[in-house]
Amino acid sequence: MGFYLIRRMLQSLMALIGITLVAFLLIQLVPGDPARAVLGPRASASAVAALRRAMGLDRSLPTQYWSFLTNAFHLNFGFSTLQQSPVASLIWPRLGSTLLLTAYATVVSVVFAVPLALVSALRRNRPADHAIRLTTMVTFAMPAFWLGLLLILLLSVHLTVFPPSGYGVGFVGHLDSLTLPALTLGLGLAPLIVRTLRGSMVETLGSEYVEAARARGFREARVLRRYVLRNSLVASVTVVGVNVGYILSIVVVIENVFALPGLGSLLVTSVQNRDFPVVQGIALVLGAIVIIVNLVTDLGYSLLDPRIRLSGNR
Amino acid sequence: MAIASSSTQPSGFAGLTAQSAYRIDRLRKRATAEHRFSTLAIWVGVFLVVVVPVVSLLGPVIGFGHPNAPNFNAILQPPSLAHPFGTDSTGRDVLARVFAATPLDYEVGLLTTLMSAVIGILFGGIAGYFGGWLDAVIMRVVDILIAFPFMIFVMAFVAVFGPGLTGIYVGLTTFGWAFFARVTRAEMLVIRERQYVLAAQTAGLRTSRILRVHALPNVLRPNFVIAMATVVWNILTLASLSYLGLGVQPPTAEWGSIVASGQTILLIGQWWVSTLPGLVIVIVGVGFSLIGDGIADRFGYDFRLTV
Repeated sequence: MGFYLIRRMLQSLMALIGITLVAFLLIQLVPGDPARAVLGPRASASAVAALRRAMGLDRSLPTQYWSFLTNAFHLNFGFSTLQQSPVASLIWPRLGSTLLLTAYATVVSVVFAVPLALVSALRRNRPADHAIRLTTMVTFAMPAFWLGLLLILLLSVHLTVFPPSGYGVGFVGHLDSLTLPALTLGLGLAPLIVRTLRGSMVETLGSEYVEAARARGFREARVLRRYVLRNSLVASVTVVGVNVGYILSIVVVIENVFALPGLGSLLVTSVQNRDFPVVQGIALVLGAIVIIVNLVTDLGYSLLDPRIRLSGNR
Repeated sequence: MAIASSSTQPSGFAGLTAQSAYRIDRLRKRATAEHRFSTLAIWVGVFLVVVVPVVSLLGPVIGFGHPNAPNFNAILQPPSLAHPFGTDSTGRDVLARVFAATPLDYEVGLLTTLMSAVIGILFGGIAGYFGGWLDAVIMRVVDILIAFPFMIFVMAFVAVFGPGLTGIYVGLTTFGWAFFARVTRAEMLVIRERQYVLAAQTAGLRTSRILRVHALPNVLRPNFVIAMATVVWNILTLASLSYLGLGVQPPTAEWGSIVASGQTILLIGQWWVSTLPGLVIVIVGVGFSLIGDGIADRFGYDFRLTV
């Protein structure tokens, strides 16, 4: 376990460095002068030169990267000239909303996915299974923002059950406003979980311990609950953990559909305004979250299932 | 000896008991049914993927008006025979705009996938065939890229190159090749031990020739499955970014930006501008998914659309 732990943590560290490198090098890719791109064509040469100095662009690349890295390590992501505010103070207040939505959506998608996967696995290659697989294929091909608009039309405009946008007041208000976005994300993510779970459930249903449980005369409901569902919950947590990067990608889009004050909406306005320090900061924070969640998932799973860490030495 | 054993241990179909013959028959029937099902899936998929561009090209011939020409006498008309998808807030025919966007969405989806596939097969092939430190370095990069919240980094590329298609092309290719590389490497690990590759090596063929002539054709099929998923995914990303105002800029029609243009009036009950164009994205997405899944089913790949 110790060896696996060290190896896995080294991998995560390399991924973190990779993310800082990409975020750092992004600004070097800007065609022409990044300071000019921020200030626009009508800015004076001296203003551009001052911003270049402020952004540190007049120093050598390794020096720039080193200070970028050490600053990021201290959670200092630079200063947004456009918003006249440190990037970190723009990011922290919005992180909570993004994480809350992500967690809520994950719960919703698991609630949708587990029963569907169970039915699909139990009725393998029967009409019910084909119907579920076709449905998940269709929802997978749906643009998340479009699904969000359909739900707004149905549940906000016609049925007025949930507010179409905004973040509400207090925790309950937040949850109320987040229900529609979470539903959108949950429906969008469920196919991902259903597919993986169906496979793992088919395997579990055919395994000897399920057969043994049935042979001992346990009722089918108990076999499913105690043996099949319990296993599948671990599997679905893993699916979510491994795909957290994909989930955050959709969260960023959905936040804009519902006008939520999260990192996604900040990211989109910053990209439009070419506010590079904010874009870099958000990429770093969300990238780091993905890496940490992946690491925790892997370690948790390998604690539960020794086969992972033993076969992982390949 | 042979005669004696054949009487006690039946071999071949003739000696099977009735029960096992029945079992084999059922298995065979099920396999045929699954085969038919995947064939059907592939052909329905091909139909959906082809029908959208064909109808889009014929659209202007049938005539719903110019995609970008406003008509202030026909503002926000609900779907009708003259305007099957209705008209938007400046009286443009929504269906005409959807048709006008088809070549653009197909072009971005297919080109970014092709570029990702070429890069991914190249690097994955090298990693799998040669192994060693090359393999370690390439696969580390692949692992990192696959874990990335890619939408955020594609947006970052859009910030770099400014709103428009350049950032989307660069971003989608930068992250898309990793999936192809992973699959190609896994296939290559098996292929390099195969007899025909060993034979080619013994015959003294150049490595480049072995890779091109003997290995490449055998990694194409699983990569094709990945490619179908990538096309869906890249079209969805393009539509999402255009929806957010980061992709194709107005007045150029793009599926996602058409949906976005109807969002404010959706809230007051004028639903058609935002909802109907999304159906086309779903049709195209399901089409490509059916092709990919049909092929995956047929050849028993355990990877599917969803990563």
